[in-house]
Amino acid sequence: MDMNSDVKVIKVKNLCKKFGDFTANDNLSFEVSKGEIFGFLGANGAGKTTAIKILCGLSYPSSGEISVAGFDVYKQREQLKRNIGYMSQKFSLYEDLTVFENIRFYGGIYGLSKEVIHSKADDLLKKLDLQHARNKRISSLPLGWKQKLAFSVAIFHDPEIVFLDEPTGGVDPVTRRQFWDLIYEASRQGITIFVTTHYMDEAEYCDRVSIMVDGKIEALDTPAKLKEDFNAEDMDQVFLALARKAINIE
Amino acid sequence: MNAGIRIENLSKKYGNVQALKSINLDINSGELFGLIGPDGAGKTTLFRLLATLLLPDVGSAQMCDIDIVGGYKQIRNLLGYMPGKFSLYQDLSVIENLEFFATVFDTRIEDNMDMIHDIWVQIEPFKDRLAGNLSGGMKQKLALCCALIHQPKVLLLDEPTTGVDAVSRSEFWQMLKSLKSKGITIVVATPYMDEANLCERVALIKDGEILQVNTPQEIVGQFERNLYTIKSEDNYQSLLDLREFEFTNSVFLFGQSLHYTDVRKEFSLEEVNSYLKHKGRLHLEIEQIKPGIEDCFMALSTKNDGHE
Repeated sequence: MDMNSDVKVIKVKNLCKKFGDFTANDNLSFEVSKGEIFGFLGANGAGKTTAIKILCGLSYPSSGEISVAGFDVYKQREQLKRNIGYMSQKFSLYEDLTVFENIRFYGGIYGLSKEVIHSKADDLLKKLDLQHARNKRISSLPLGWKQKLAFSVAIFHDPEIVFLDEPTGGVDPVTRRQFWDLIYEASRQGITIFVTTHYMDEAEYCDRVSIMVDGKIEALDTPAKLKEDFNAEDMDQVFLALARKAINIE
Repeated sequence: MNAGIRIENLSKKYGNVQALKSINLDINSGELFGLIGPDGAGKTTLFRLLATLLLPDVGSAQMCDIDIVGGYKQIRNLLGYMPGKFSLYQDLSVIENLEFFATVFDTRIEDNMDMIHDIWVQIEPFKDRLAGNLSGGMKQKLALCCALIHQPKVLLLDEPTTGVDAVSRSEFWQMLKSLKSKGITIVVATPYMDEANLCERVALIKDGEILQVNTPQEIVGQFERNLYTIKSEDNYQSLLDLREFEFTNSVFLFGQSLHYTDVRKEFSLEEVNSYLKHKGRLHLEIEQIKPGIEDCFMALSTKNDGHE
């Protein structure tokens, strides 16, 4: 929300990614500002996951100029990875480790010192009201707690950007909103949020939204402007109007 | 034939976790019934009990007037079950999977084509492709064909639309409507609150308990307070402001606005308006609206456990 539009933390110019004859990402160009909540939408198979992997330094693009947190996705992948956070519904925390062990593990991976990990962990558990659960295994926690913790762990090393891949799937509606509280709070602290979701009400919570269809970005603007452009009442209608045009939709 | 389901006092525990707490539920023959609730609510446990894959600790259930424990062999012939996790053979082709399921139920694809025709035509062009190489939406259609090939009287669908995009979701519900017209009882579990409106009746379920069972219209009609939508130039800041407001009963983000209820029965909207104005909010729009299923679910679930 508190966007500093001068600082672009993600710059993508003419990103293409091909697998054999298949073009998964077809000439994508966009920029994301510091502290922005950027919604990255698209039908299954539209090419979202391919693009996220490239932005996270896990996969090389076929062509294009891309920098994330100021680092080049071809040459500076290790620095890039150290300056981003990632969370998905599928992979987040180790179920057979305790709450604190998970925090220590992720802190260690990102090279934080033991002292920093301990003091930040105390602050974090206090903030989430999870002090009593410090030595409990993740598997014993309710899903809502796990997700809040997973998000907090993903930004534990104060990254420039956090990538959230369908973070709220299957969560009850109250917990889903509590999760968005954390997203807004992080955004206000200047962390850029790059989020995918199938819940169209959540698309409304984003500062800007892009919608991918068949590997291309077909629309990119604020939710208000998109609704106006498509003469739609809500983002659901905007999404349906665009996604129905898809050829290789699943 | 009565293809209804009667569930009485059904409970199931895994170790210390009470997955289902004394569930009572009647589902009518030929009904399109929704089981609406988040992950961990107990939807899958209930399905696995009804599908005769688990035994209840306490209580009983009948499907088509047959007991799920004593008559499990008959029930398996009357029931189509599509689990939440894709459970077909990835290393068999589309047509081989369908033939396999037909054979297991001692029938042939040709004899049942009328049942699956509308769905089958959509995947027939890929019939020689391995099931593991299908896209998500196609896998879902194949799984539905396999669950229907023996002409079941009751169909249990465990989260068929989870992780599926908005377009495929709306197509899937179209298919269910046309299946319903063939007289099959359909029970669908979903975490998407908006899908409740596509069912004839729904049960709202959370933490192993049923919060309410009714038609979507009746559930919405029973919402206890007046509900208001509030927009401003900064909805998140309004949310934080209203949490500090002494008369707030509930306030939640809801798409492009906030949904607000007041602790008082009688009050002036102008008071809420001037409070927010005083806090510096601009372009305020406040109006009363009708609640949706999600409002009801949240009101019922916060009433039940208080702290959330």
